[in-house]
Amino acid sequence: MCIDCGCPSQEQHSHHDHDHGHSHESPPAPRTLSIEQDILGKNDRLAARNRAQFTHHGLLCLNLVSSPGSGKTSILERTLTDLRQELGFAVLEGDQQTANDAERIAATGVPVHQINTGAGCHLDAHMVEHGVEHFNLDATDILMIENVGNLVCPAAFDLGEDLKVAVLSVTEGEDKPLKYPYMFRAAKVMLLNKIDLLPHLRFDLERCRAAAREVNPDIRIFELSCHSGEGMEQWYDWLRETLSAKLSAKEN
Amino acid sequence: MHEVGITTSMIEIALDHARTQGGGAKIHSLTMEIGALSGVVPEAIRFCFEACSQGTLAEGARLIIEEIAARAHCSSCDAEVELATQSFACPHCGDFALQLLCGEELRLKELEVE
Repeated sequence: MCIDCGCPSQEQHSHHDHDHGHSHESPPAPRTLSIEQDILGKNDRLAARNRAQFTHHGLLCLNLVSSPGSGKTSILERTLTDLRQELGFAVLEGDQQTANDAERIAATGVPVHQINTGAGCHLDAHMVEHGVEHFNLDATDILMIENVGNLVCPAAFDLGEDLKVAVLSVTEGEDKPLKYPYMFRAAKVMLLNKIDLLPHLRFDLERCRAAAREVNPDIRIFELSCHSGEGMEQWYDWLRETLSAKLSAKEN
Repeated sequence: MHEVGITTSMIEIALDHARTQGGGAKIHSLTMEIGALSGVVPEAIRFCFEACSQGTLAEGARLIIEEIAARAHCSSCDAEVELATQSFACPHCGDFALQLLCGEELRLKELEVE
């Protein structure tokens, strides 16, 4: 190949005239550019920034995920009512429309900001970055983010949280974790809610625990009822311990 | 899920590299890695790619998708297994002791440009 003009000719030839009887239309050789880049990198980068900010302020951030109606907001209302004298909370609420959930949280006296996603089905790190501008993070011990009710999409979108808490209720099927494995694998904790209703249901607790552990062997399970109060104290102890562990890690 | 957003992001990354590293050359092919446990459906990406690449340097480019099987190592019986689903019980010994080695990838590996 001629190294000057790239044509396949082996002989010496002039490059000022094009009279050597072969075409210059052979295509240039393609080049390979190595990219090796994660496609969801932009959200991950913003989430990392959020995460660093939360650590800087010494706060624990939890991302609450579930199907619509399993009781995320009710669990938060009960938790905040019981613990707000002891710990500083802030809450980000995510819904397609309405400020209904934020209003319920506001009634507990805790700072809350509603994010409406419109047609969107999950919160992302960018929304959280702007959402927390409404809070005094120095006065916050635990930031609760209640994601849009959806067991599919939020699994893929890191918000900068310390961990995801998946809420499941006994009025749903025991095999939910098997049907939505990405979410139950992404969560470190499962709150199994509405256990006060068990006498009225044919819900198999052991089957549900087994399903959760099959997709996530290390998941912590708390069985509770935010209405009767049963099981809530263990959840509160876990919150205290996890916050304390984060603060110790930060100091070291 | 969200294959439109994912495809759009991928095309943006590709165009950025084609402009900066490739000198604005037309893209011949893009190679993606999609892990079996990434939650992304390759067929949906193909569908979106045709639409989203219109009018860009990526229009008409060949989309090559390398599907990466999920592999895990069992710390109980030391077996290395391929996982078809999200179950973390080892298919050899039944223990819940599997550590994922690969299978969650969602990345743009390389471009071929003029």
